[in-house]
Amino acid sequence: METFNPTELPELLKLYYRRLFPYSQYYRWLNYGGVIKNYFQHREFSFTLKDDIYIRYQSFNNQSDLEKEMQKMNPYKIDIGAVYSHRPNQHNTVKLGAFQAQEKELVFDIDMTDYDDVRRCCSSADICPKCWTLMTMAIRIIDRALKEDFGFKHRLWVYSGRRGVHCWVCDESVRKLSSAVRSGIVEYLSLVKGGQDVKKKVHLSEKIHPFIRKSINIIKKYFEEYALVNQDILENKESWDKILALVPETIHDELQQSFQKSHNSLQRWEHLKKVASRYQNNIKNDKYGPWLEWEIMLQYCFPRLDINVSKGINHLLKSPFSVHPKTGRISVPIDLQKVDQFDPFTVPTISFICRELDAISTNEEEKEENEAESDVKHRTRDYKKTSLAPYVKVFEHFLENLDKSRKGELLKKSDLQKDF
Amino acid sequence: MEFSGRKWRKLRLAGDQRNASYPHCLQFYLQPPSENISLIEFENLAIDRVKLLKSVENLGVSYVKGTEQYQSKLESELRKLKFSYRENLEDEYEPRRRDHISHFILRLAYCQSEELRRWFIQQEMDLLRFRFSILPKDKIQDFLKDSQLQFEAISDEEKTLREQEIVASSPSLSGLKLGFESIYKIPFADALDLFRGRKVYLEDGFAYVPLKDIVAIILNEFRAKLSKALALTARSLPAVQSDERLQPLLNHLSHSYTGQDYSTQGNVGKISLDQIDLLSTKSFPPCMRQLHKALRENHHLRHGGRMQYGLFLKGIGLTLEQALQFWKQEFIKGKMDPDKFDKGYSYNIRHSFGKEGKRTDYTPFSCLKIILSNPPSQGDYHGCPFRHSDPELLKQKLQSYKISPGGISQVDDCGFSLNHPNQFFCESQRILNGGKDIKKEPIQPETPQPKPSVQKTKDASSALASLNSSLEMDMEGLEDYFSEDS
Repeated sequence: METFNPTELPELLKLYYRRLFPYSQYYRWLNYGGVIKNYFQHREFSFTLKDDIYIRYQSFNNQSDLEKEMQKMNPYKIDIGAVYSHRPNQHNTVKLGAFQAQEKELVFDIDMTDYDDVRRCCSSADICPKCWTLMTMAIRIIDRALKEDFGFKHRLWVYSGRRGVHCWVCDESVRKLSSAVRSGIVEYLSLVKGGQDVKKKVHLSEKIHPFIRKSINIIKKYFEEYALVNQDILENKESWDKILALVPETIHDELQQSFQKSHNSLQRWEHLKKVASRYQNNIKNDKYGPWLEWEIMLQYCFPRLDINVSKGINHLLKSPFSVHPKTGRISVPIDLQKVDQFDPFTVPTISFICRELDAISTNEEEKEENEAESDVKHRTRDYKKTSLAPYVKVFEHFLENLDKSRKGELLKKSDLQKDF
Repeated sequence: MEFSGRKWRKLRLAGDQRNASYPHCLQFYLQPPSENISLIEFENLAIDRVKLLKSVENLGVSYVKGTEQYQSKLESELRKLKFSYRENLEDEYEPRRRDHISHFILRLAYCQSEELRRWFIQQEMDLLRFRFSILPKDKIQDFLKDSQLQFEAISDEEKTLREQEIVASSPSLSGLKLGFESIYKIPFADALDLFRGRKVYLEDGFAYVPLKDIVAIILNEFRAKLSKALALTARSLPAVQSDERLQPLLNHLSHSYTGQDYSTQGNVGKISLDQIDLLSTKSFPPCMRQLHKALRENHHLRHGGRMQYGLFLKGIGLTLEQALQFWKQEFIKGKMDPDKFDKGYSYNIRHSFGKEGKRTDYTPFSCLKIILSNPPSQGDYHGCPFRHSDPELLKQKLQSYKISPGGISQVDDCGFSLNHPNQFFCESQRILNGGKDIKKEPIQPETPQPKPSVQKTKDASSALASLNSSLEMDMEGLEDYFSEDS
């Protein structure tokens, strides 16, 4: 799977868009049951073509129109934007000011680069199994809140193809949310504040909001293995000094001493917990929780969101099943039931699945030489024969839930109107 | 709303009916009034409410909102202007009616630009917040019910189930138990200001809001509704403006200076001429300081400068005799003939004191009048430096007044809203002579930094230019309103 050559992209994409891209499921998603007229037709897409040519305000009449255009243009990257008041590809003909973004899914973008100050294994665009746990924790924490606190039902998590994950919240009411409410949601989900010049980025108050408490409980499940073993955040003086910077100076000496005597991060962490909780009990009564310990855990593990991605209704975000031009990996949906097992390094690359397809097609041709099968039928089975299949299944599960919801809503409405 | 001619027709309601039409001392102004009123009452109500809203603004700048001083001063303003504010007072019908009608009149005046709308909404919100804060608890429920707000309190069972979570989420709740606290279940998007700061418990898309926090939500609702209403009003404005009885008033309302006009003779004779030089550096606003300097240097000022500065001096307490002496002394230094002065200039000075011609005792110019009328040209020293000067020159001038660099960037912070040069003088004197209780300390103890109410940015000219362009369309009517003959 390691052999992806970006120069092969044009050829690979041709094959991908002809035989593998799951158009019917994709259209099923963005059409949202056809309940609102022109919802798909007013959706903006943007394409990045070869040589970094970027074109916005693409829109399509229906699934087959979408297919033809994608096959014709062979985009390196596809972004999805908002549903506008008019067809985006005709926006120049619209009276000034009348062309407005109206609806869009609520989206989140979690990028590993934003954690560079707390991960010791990698930096910038690199990822490895040791730091990927950050994404696992982020997905669990954010998804729980979106589902249990906000009541959002249709959440699609997607691997971005290189160093992060995206979330698409597709509930009908959510697509209509204003920019202000979207910003508010991001604020609610934010705990780590401050840039490079801020040492201590998490401050908890006396009252711990249930959101914070539940997030900490999730982090606790991963903390030992992720932070104390894999990241080894208390390995040596250089690394533990960073943590001491997050606790009051009065306990530094005591901690330095016990750290020196300890042999590994696990032991040191135990010491830190004891000392920190003693410190807190001295200054307040024991009604309150072990904030210092929690503040450190949160700074090292809590998700970091980019508010700009989420707040704008017209923001464009990489499309699921788009290819990452640098890694070749497909942006595949993540199965929430198996989020702990998700391994970005086993996500198929475009070269891999194209090769799979070639191998299978050759076999098939030999077997079914005499049968005339339509192209479409071929295509609808093609991806199933590749490693892309399980991911499309996750996507279909997501779509089924959307369908169920829609039917439920329609039933409710017709009941109210007493249509039988 | 219908307007009869000059005839005065009053709707007479029987006692119960009157109370029914205004069941509460505060409201969301959802229904426009449908009475007939006279033009006189129309104007008076409008002016009174502008005064009220300007007080709301000034108090909000001078005091921290919600403190005892703020609350009591705001209450006395409301009482003075006879608007409703409190339940259980006798004969509440009239103040509530005035409140209702005046709000809708001002919508007509303040819907016209983004800036006006923002100002209007802000003050109305502060007013509502105050009224709600003094509403007795048992009245709150009734008020919410009557105001079409679907806030349902949850049952005791539901409360118990979530007690811990709710208590842990709401800063406004102290202690560990909910007790008799009412909790309201609201769609989360309606509680934006609460949930964004994690100040409320969210579950399955709903916010569980204690009564104390309902205020924030109510204000949000109010703001949203009022904002929409103003946009609608703006669209139907042309029809209203075509009514010539209303047009002048509506245009003037949003621009009028309704504060003190500094024509009272309270401080007459308290200033001596030899104090003026010192006072000009300590307590004069930049426009007057500039005029005084020019007069001393050139021993002359043109007409615009003489009017602006002369009336200002009258406002700070110069008598006619002092004024005559002041101007004559200076002009003579410029080699003017004393007789020529007596013939030409002294008449004008006496005229401005109301001792000649039709005997109008002219009032010192407000900031707005200075900014909008008679812009200075080459050789003039009048006008407003924040409006009429080049920003770089203005910066230099402020530097030469020994204002700190921080003070120059932060043209703000004197703790009150400045609309009048004489107001600047009075406040400055008060600060220098002790006694005035202001919220913030000025940057420079000696010279409080001016904050002309029309701008707040370092780049004064461009900010004012944009304001001016929104005011420009009303210039014609405005000119008449501010002319000395009106």
